Amino acid sequence: MLSKYVREIRLGINNLLLHKLRSFLTMLGVVFGVGSVIAMLAVGEGASQEALERIRKLGSQNILISSAKSIEEESATNVRIRMSVYGLLYEDERRIAESFPSVKNTVPVKEIRKQARLGERSMELRVVGTTPKWFDLVQRPIISGRVLLPRDFEAHGNVVVLTEHGVRTLLAGENTVGQTVRLGSEYFEVIGIVQNAGSIGGDIQTPDQEIDAYIPINVARERFGDYFVKNVAGSETREKVELHQIIVEVKSVDQVEPTAAGILAMLKRFHKKEDYRVSVPLTLLRQAEATKRTFNIVLGSIAGISLLVGGIGIMNIMLASVTERTREIGIRRAIGAKKRQIVLQFLIETIVLSTTGGLIGIGIGLLIPWMITLLAGMPTVVNAYSLVLSLGISMGVGIIFGLYPAVRASNLDPIVALRHE
Amino acid sequence: MSSLSSNGIAAQLEDVHKDYHMGSQVVKALAGITISFQTGSFWAILGPSGSGKSTLLNLLGCLDRPSKGRYLLSGHDVSTLDDDRLSDMRLRHLGFIFQSFNLLPQSTVEENIQLPLYYLGWNAADSAERARDLARKVGLEERLRHRPMELSGGQQQRVAIARALANNPSILLADEPTGNLDSATGKEIMGMLIDLNRQGKTIIMVTHERTLAEYASHRLYMKDGMIERIEGGDSSC
Repeated sequence: MLSKYVREIRLGINNLLLHKLRSFLTMLGVVFGVGSVIAMLAVGEGASQEALERIRKLGSQNILISSAKSIEEESATNVRIRMSVYGLLYEDERRIAESFPSVKNTVPVKEIRKQARLGERSMELRVVGTTPKWFDLVQRPIISGRVLLPRDFEAHGNVVVLTEHGVRTLLAGENTVGQTVRLGSEYFEVIGIVQNAGSIGGDIQTPDQEIDAYIPINVARERFGDYFVKNVAGSETREKVELHQIIVEVKSVDQVEPTAAGILAMLKRFHKKEDYRVSVPLTLLRQAEATKRTFNIVLGSIAGISLLVGGIGIMNIMLASVTERTREIGIRRAIGAKKRQIVLQFLIETIVLSTTGGLIGIGIGLLIPWMITLLAGMPTVVNAYSLVLSLGISMGVGIIFGLYPAVRASNLDPIVALRHE
Repeated sequence: MSSLSSNGIAAQLEDVHKDYHMGSQVVKALAGITISFQTGSFWAILGPSGSGKSTLLNLLGCLDRPSKGRYLLSGHDVSTLDDDRLSDMRLRHLGFIFQSFNLLPQSTVEENIQLPLYYLGWNAADSAERARDLARKVGLEERLRHRPMELSGGQQQRVAIARALANNPSILLADEPTGNLDSATGKEIMGMLIDLNRQGKTIIMVTHERTLAEYASHRLYMKDGMIERIEGGDSSC
């Protein structure tokens, strides 16, 4: 199909090359339009894929229940309440595990901030009291040693699994597994090291931070208790929290949301205050996908506008070109060119312009995300479909905005056109 | 198809009228022209400005359609053809030579000569050969790569003649072909047209110079959109 128009395309290119600067400037609108579309889509895609990946890591079959200070208690702290009791109870976990047949596993989590010491080195880290099932739900490669096992619970031993980052800071490369570290006032034996997960952002709090120490939950309860002292702006607040989080694994994905609703109803019955929060990664995933769609629509609109502007630029120049080349059109018509051959001639010029602009724009659109990733470290994903789409759109822009000037050129009366100065 | 028209008449007008509407007024540019142009004849059309000679040439050149009457070009009635068919008639049967040469300034001599062949769909090799032959014929073989601006007026008109001949037209239409040239160069161009006529080409030329009209075999005097008189030839109408 293209070979049929080789002569016309060559003619168009020759005409465009007669005014190199003008052609180049005319093209710029499409170049930047297409370039920015691809770059924006790549950045947006990268960001949303990262967000989706984070949520996916939380597990689409999981339900996360966290303790949260209820609103009335939060606002009452400036009154002389020194002691607040809130949050999930050991009892809650048992109840959830027993009352829902769709629940496969429940993992209780207790978080305590403690100062860790080894010799002269010291750092604050988060001590996570949990059960071996934690390591099934949040799978992380073991670097050395082992993770917590049921026998650690039976033995009530002071054993700890550290994350890699904590190890590097605290142990500084000393012979690690088997080493003893102090957490608060207790001594723990390091039995294993696991890899860090990337830090988890968003509003979902999982005890999955970079510097974590995992210990058996019964040991955490026995050694550190359920009472915590917080120093907020000079005043001391005591809190009693049994569990900071319960991770519930559901047997199948389609049972996740009904189970979450059931858990919420149950918690409502047994808690007087609303001191918990239920979040469902699956729902968040759906929301994130919806957000991504909205984002794409917004980007698409911006892209549409910039390409529209580019197209208007092309049309403007082509109209000027038609006026300038009136005599040429007259000569061609007198010699025997048909109207549609004149239309084709001018249309091909605009298509060559806009398509070349589109191709250069794709080059820029690939370069910008690459540089963003290189310089700012942001993930970017260039989709093949966005390249094909923008090339198609830029050709379309050439056709749509080239058609009017081309038709106008072809409708010139050859007699009048020949007299044009 | 052209065997039907081999009765020796290249173009024939039968009671041709042309009206122009200027607002509510109707201007009669041509008011009933009947004439036959024999194949191989050389016509000069003369007359004061406004006499309708340009309109007549535009009609003969298929650039316009008569308001009334019939126009037969090489045996085809072209008075009612649509724009595409008229373009085709121009492409296949006519060659134009203009007062102001009307070459494409950005194109080379070669490309200008090839222009009709482009629309006839000739391939590159054939049209290059044809352009070389024609350039040789008008003595511009050495200038094929030049642009019109680099040539003198006479040379430019010779390029235009070569271009007009490229499609081997049955009629060559010339509109004041020497109007932009000095008298010596003008004579040279006229000589070229006379040569072409001797080789059998039908030529219809609009001019206002009687001395040039003397070269033609027939002279058609126009006045007020009508034929005033015809000179020369034997008895063509």
